[in-house]
Amino acid sequence: MQVTIKLFANFRINKFKQDTRDYDSTKTVGEIVEELGIQNSEVGIIFINGRNAAMDQILTDGDTLSLFPLVGGG
Amino acid sequence: MAIPCPFFRSSAEADLRELTQFLLDQATDGLLPFAAQMEAARRYSRTIAEVEEISLTNGILPARYQRNREMISLRQQLTLFRSKVAVFGCGGLGGYIVEELARLGVGSIVAVDPDVFEEHNLNRQILSTLNQLGQKKVEAAAKRVAAVNPAVKLRPVAEAFDEKKGSGFLQGVDVAVDALDSIPVRLQLAEMCDKFEIPLVHGAIAGWYGQLTTQFPGDRTLQKIYPHNRELPGIEGKQGNPSFTPAVVASLEVAEVVKILLKTGVLTRNKYLTIDLYHLEMNEIPLKKD
Repeated sequence: MQVTIKLFANFRINKFKQDTRDYDSTKTVGEIVEELGIQNSEVGIIFINGRNAAMDQILTDGDTLSLFPLVGGG
Repeated sequence: MAIPCPFFRSSAEADLRELTQFLLDQATDGLLPFAAQMEAARRYSRTIAEVEEISLTNGILPARYQRNREMISLRQQLTLFRSKVAVFGCGGLGGYIVEELARLGVGSIVAVDPDVFEEHNLNRQILSTLNQLGQKKVEAAAKRVAAVNPAVKLRPVAEAFDEKKGSGFLQGVDVAVDALDSIPVRLQLAEMCDKFEIPLVHGAIAGWYGQLTTQFPGDRTLQKIYPHNRELPGIEGKQGNPSFTPAVVASLEVAEVVKILLKTGVLTRNKYLTIDLYHLEMNEIPLKKD
């Protein structure tokens, strides 16, 4: 299964802007977030193919996962 | 029972005619110098704001707005003057928002913030100065607006936004601006704006990063952009906020306010803009219906 991951803002630092990864088994968003070393509590918006998704959603072959941090300061 | 008094009415009309003639005589190239605006207020016992409205109604632009003239018509300037904008939060974003609205000539501003200035605000909050530490942020906003543009009325509300008081803060408001620092309170504000059918301009910041969106009643945009971790603080807890990010995001918010008030331009509606000043990138993300 191939998944394209797009990271935004501070999630990119010391990581990447976009990467395509191969997985042997199915993965949830939460498992990929953990694999990337991103804290669950810092995740704001999760998009799969441009639509809002949940942490427990399972990715399928060809999906694009976008992760945006939670931004709340004023 | 009120008895109509033709004498007083005609006297008021005569005064208004005289005042209008005074403004026309004082204007050069359609522009009214501020000294003349003040003199008109003094002579005819009017407020600076009243003189501004009469001036704009009669096709005379207060000279302070002359650099607006090419992009904001006289009629649009009058629309701004007759508009009321509520700014929730007078910190990093809110300070710049109040400043820019006042300079634009938005006639009525409601500024809501319960806090006082503290030393750690000095790195970014435009309304904070050393001698204002310990003072209420909304009082500083009122003083600043009075010093910059006395035609603008600012109502300082030194209270926290909550669902019970929200309706009072939003009375007669054309646009609400989110400059808050709490996600749960933002979501409450969004609900309240939805209920009272008021457009809401949202901005938020953290470190090098920011975001912007405009929500109209029924859009439920804020619910979409904060789907997870709604009770938590954002990454600003770790990232802090520098001087420049609030200025950028606040200015984007004010541009949205102006476009809503003047019904012009393209808004960040049903999408949200991410602003990344570190990687120098802005992304417009469409928000699809789920």
